Amino acid sequence: MKDFTVRELGRLLHGRELSALELTKIYLDRIAKTDAVIESFITVCEEQAIKAAQAADKRIASGEKGALLGIPVGIKDNICTSGVKTTCASKMLSNFVPPYDATVIKKLGQAGAVMLGKLNMDEFAMGSSTEKSYFKKTKNPHLLNCVPGGSSGGSAACVSAGLAPFALGSDTGGSIRQPASFCGTVGLKPTYGLVSRYGLVAFASSLDQIGCFTRDVYDCAIVLNHIAGHDAMDSTSAPFIVPDYTNGLTDGISGKRIGIPKQYLESGIQPEVREAVNKAAEYFEKAGAVCEECSLPLTKYALPAYYLISSAEASSNLARFDGVKYGFRAENCSNLSEMYETTRSLGFGEEVKRRIMLGTYALSSGYYDAYYKKAQQVRTLIQREFADNFKRFDILLTPTTPTTAFEFGEKADPVSMYMGDICTVAINIAGLPAINVPAGLDSRGKPVGIQLIAPPFCEQSLLKCAYAYEQTAGFGFLQPEFKEGI
Amino acid sequence: MRITTEQVRYVAALSKLKLNEKEQQRMIEDMASIIAFADQLNELETGEIKPTAQTLGLFNVFREDESAPSYEREVMLANAPEKDDGCYLVPKLIE
Amino acid sequence: MRYETVIGLEIHAELATKSKIYCSCSTEFGAAPNTHTCPICTGMPGTLPVLNKKVVDYAVMAGLAMNCSITEYGKQDRKNYFYPDLPKSYQTSQFDQPVCQNGYLEIASENGPKKIGITRIHIEEDAGKLIHDDLRGYTLVDYNRCGVPLIEIVTEPDLRSAKEAKCFLETVKSILEYLEISDCKMQEGSLRCDVNISVRPAGQQQLGVRTEMKNINSFSAAVRAIESESERQIDLLEAGKTVIRATRRWDDVKNQSFDMRSKEQAHDYRYFPEPDLVPIVIDRQWVSRIKNSLPELPDSRKKKYLSKYGLSDADAAQLVSSKKISDYFEDTVGNGASPKLAANWLIGEIPKLLRKKGTEEIPFCAEYLAKTIQMTEKGSLSSSAAKAVIEEMFDRPRDPENIAKEKGLLQINDEAAVMAFVEKVIEENPQAVKEIKSGKDKAVGFIVGQVMRYSKGRANPQLINKLLKDILAEK
Repeated sequence: MKDFTVRELGRLLHGRELSALELTKIYLDRIAKTDAVIESFITVCEEQAIKAAQAADKRIASGEKGALLGIPVGIKDNICTSGVKTTCASKMLSNFVPPYDATVIKKLGQAGAVMLGKLNMDEFAMGSSTEKSYFKKTKNPHLLNCVPGGSSGGSAACVSAGLAPFALGSDTGGSIRQPASFCGTVGLKPTYGLVSRYGLVAFASSLDQIGCFTRDVYDCAIVLNHIAGHDAMDSTSAPFIVPDYTNGLTDGISGKRIGIPKQYLESGIQPEVREAVNKAAEYFEKAGAVCEECSLPLTKYALPAYYLISSAEASSNLARFDGVKYGFRAENCSNLSEMYETTRSLGFGEEVKRRIMLGTYALSSGYYDAYYKKAQQVRTLIQREFADNFKRFDILLTPTTPTTAFEFGEKADPVSMYMGDICTVAINIAGLPAINVPAGLDSRGKPVGIQLIAPPFCEQSLLKCAYAYEQTAGFGFLQPEFKEGI
Repeated sequence: MRITTEQVRYVAALSKLKLNEKEQQRMIEDMASIIAFADQLNELETGEIKPTAQTLGLFNVFREDESAPSYEREVMLANAPEKDDGCYLVPKLIE
Repeated sequence: MRYETVIGLEIHAELATKSKIYCSCSTEFGAAPNTHTCPICTGMPGTLPVLNKKVVDYAVMAGLAMNCSITEYGKQDRKNYFYPDLPKSYQTSQFDQPVCQNGYLEIASENGPKKIGITRIHIEEDAGKLIHDDLRGYTLVDYNRCGVPLIEIVTEPDLRSAKEAKCFLETVKSILEYLEISDCKMQEGSLRCDVNISVRPAGQQQLGVRTEMKNINSFSAAVRAIESESERQIDLLEAGKTVIRATRRWDDVKNQSFDMRSKEQAHDYRYFPEPDLVPIVIDRQWVSRIKNSLPELPDSRKKKYLSKYGLSDADAAQLVSSKKISDYFEDTVGNGASPKLAANWLIGEIPKLLRKKGTEEIPFCAEYLAKTIQMTEKGSLSSSAAKAVIEEMFDRPRDPENIAKEKGLLQINDEAAVMAFVEKVIEENPQAVKEIKSGKDKAVGFIVGQVMRYSKGRANPQLINKLLKDILAEK
C-alpha cells in the first residue's frame, strides 16, 4: 500500500474502502518488518491497537464521523498511557506502567485514534539525536548512518518511514522541530499552554509542550484540532477557545509580513540550509507575502539561558525518581541514603546526570541569582524582543537547524551538541508556536527544514503560511528512499 | 570559571548522585565548559528586569474544594519496587 | 549570670478542607494506609497540581485574624530535598511571597498584654507518614497525608518564656478553631510546632546562637522542650562552651533533645518558583469578601462577656478558651437564660459531667439548658433539682420540664400546699415553736427541715420561711 496522509486515510475509512482493523494490521505489519532496521518503537502494543481499531470500526459503522477515527498513531514514550509502559527511554522507568492516561491520550482515544505503540527518544527528552536512549539507537530513514535528531527521534523516524501516519512528540528546546527537520516531516510545537501537559513526564515544566509529526501541513492542522484545548488538570493550560485549524488553511497569504532575523543566518549555518531559507523567502513573495530582514540580537543568549532554566527545572522534576514509589531501584542497599544514590547513579544515563548536576548547581545557595535568576531575566528580554518584532511581522522565517542530520557519534562533547539547538530554543524560552516544514534535500540526500515562528496562539496564521510554502515550493513529504519490506 | 572538586561533590550530594573518580573528573570538565558558556549571560545588563517564570502570564487557576474517590491501593502500589502491608517499603533511615 | 531565653515558633496547622491541596483525594484522618492517594499526590511522573481555592481562602482568614497584611501578588515555590515521605522529592510551599505577612497576636504575659509578631503565614503541602519497622530494618511509607493542606505560621523571636510560648500556642489554637479552618488535634498531628530557641545574657542586644527543635506534639511538650533546651544552652555557656546551630529532635519520653545531624546535608533547599502553578493574585475585593465573612473571634467575645454580661475576667477567659463551650454559651443566652447563671453551669457542673460521661459534646441542645436555668430563676426548680435534670439530659436528652414532672422534681410554690405542710409540722412540734418564740433561731432550721422532709424536698424554702414567720407572728 502506498503511504497516505491522515486526510486520505480518513476518506478511505469513511468511504468504507478500508476498515480501521485492516489499516491497523497494515501498520503493525510494517512495524514488524521495518522497525527492526529503523528502531523507532520502544513498545508496540499490538493487542490494544487491534481492540481500538475494532472499536473504531464500530463507531464508523454507526455513522460517526471524525478525522482521526480509526487512524493509527505513534506516541513518544514520555507521554503516559494507562496500562502501557512509559519509559522515557530510561533504565529508571524501564518497567513503569502508568495507571492513568495523559490528557492528549484521552483526547486521541475519544477521537478514535488507534495507538500503535510508544516511540524512542533521548532519555527524559534530554538530547538532540536520540542516541541517549537507554534502549536503542533510532536510524534516520533517509540515511541509516545518521541520527534522526532528538529528542523525539522515534516519532520523526516513525512518520518518515511510514510506520504511522502521524505521531506525537514533545518539544522543550526543539525536540519536535529538529528531528522533523532531520527526517523531512512536518513538526509543530504549539504555543506553551495550548496543549495540556498533563501526563507528559516533565523535563522542564515551563518549556515543555506536546506537539505532532505529520506528513503534511493539512494533517498537522487536523491533529492540532484534536489535541489542543484547555484542560482543568493543567494549571498552565490556557483558557483559549480553539478554532478549527483546517478552516481557511488554503486561503493564501497575500499581504502577510514575514521577517527573516539575520542572526539566524550567521556563522555555523550550513550553506544549503541558508540557501533553503533564502529560497523560501522567494516562494513566500511569490505567494503574495512581503519578506524583510529583521534583527533579534539576543538570539545568542537564548542558548545559555535555555540550558540553565531547563536544567534547573529538570533537576527538581527528576528528583522524584528515587527508587521509592515506581521504576528502578538498586538492589542490596543496606540503608536509605545508599539506596537513593545507587538507584539514581545506575538508573540515569550520563547526559541526564550532567543536566541534573548543572541544574542543581544553578539553583544552589550562592549561585541562584547569578545563574537561574539571571536566565529568567534574560528570558523576559527575549520574550520582549520577539513581541517587538511581531509588531512589524506576522511570521518569522528561520532555519530549523544549523545543519542537516549528523552521523552517529559525530557530536561527542556536550557544548557542540547544545549548539545545534541554536535556532529552536529561543522559541521555547518565549513560549511561541513554531513549525518545521520540509524544504528539500541537501547534496547528500539529507532533508533540510525551514522554521516558521508566530506570536502566541497564532497557530492558524502559522499553519496558513506553512501550507502556502508547502504548496508553492512543492517539496511535499520527503519520501525516504529506504523502503524495506513494504 | 573553574569548578572545583568540592563543588562537584557538594552538588552530587544534593542531587543524590554517586560519581566515581572518572565520572567526577569528567563532570568537572563538562560543568566548567557549560558554565563558561552560561557566563555569556553576564554580557547583558539585567539589573531591575523582572524574571519570567511563566510565559503565559496566567494567574489564579484554582479547583473547588471537592473530594473524589481515590485510586485503588493495589493500582497505586502496582509499580512499587517493594511493598508490604499496603505500604511502600524502603530500607531503614540512618538518623 | 542571669540569662534571657528568646523563642520563635513555627506552627503547622492542617487545614480542614474536604480535599487535598492539589488533588481531589480526601483529607480524612485515620484511613487504611495508602487508600487516600492518587497519581497526583504520590508524584507520579507526568502529573500536575491544581491549587484548591479554599486553601487560599483559609490562609487569608488566618492572616486577617492574626492582623497580617495580605500579599497581593503571591506565588508558590518548590523546596527541594530527598526524604521518603516526600514523593516528588520537593515540597510545594511558598518562599518569598507568602499569602500573609507582618501580623501580630496579643497574649497575656506576666507584665500585662504583650504583642507577639507574626512574620508570615504561608500555604504548603503536608508530607506522608513513615512507620519504622526496627525489627526488620525497614521503613513503611503511607502517603495518605501527602498533600493535605497546611498553613505554617512563623513568629518573630518575641517570646521570652515557655509560659509565653504556651499562651501563644493556645491563642493560635483557639483562633483557628473559631475560624473553623483547622481541627487542631495535636494527637492526630493536625497542629504541630517547631521551636527556635536561643539564650543570651540578660541585657545583651545581640541574639544568641539558636537551635531548632522538631517533633513537639503537645503544648505541654513544648513547655518541657523549651525549659530543657534553654537549660542546656545556659549550661553550655556557663561552662564556657558555645551553642552550635543545629536542628534537634525532641524526645518527650526521655525528656531530652537530640541532634539530628544526618537528616539533610546543609539546608540548601534550592527554592525556585513552582513552574507547574501560576501566581496567586489576591485583590482587595477578595480580601474584603473574606473579612466580611469572618466569625467573631475569642478576643472580641471575651470583651463582650466582660462589658455586656458582666462576667468576671476569669470566667470570660474560661468560656472563650473553648469555641464549643463559648458557642453553646451564646446559644443558651440567646434562648433567654441569664448570662451569669449560664456561665456558672458551663464552667462548673457541665464540664464535670462531660468528664464523667467521657464525652466532648453536650448531648442536648442549648434551648434545654436555657429552659432549665429559667426554671431555676422562676423558682420552679431548685438548684439541686436542676443538677438532677441536667444529668438526666446527658443520658436521655429531652424537655427539662417533662423530666422535672416525671421525676417529681418541680418545686412546690403553691402557698396553700406549703401552708398545709407548715401547719402540720407546727402541730407536731410544739416544743420547737416554743423555742422559736423564746428567740432560739436554730429551731427555725429544724422546722424548715421537717417541712422539706414531708414535701420530699420540693417545697420552696423561701416560701416556707415566709409562711412560718406569718404563722408565728399571728400566734
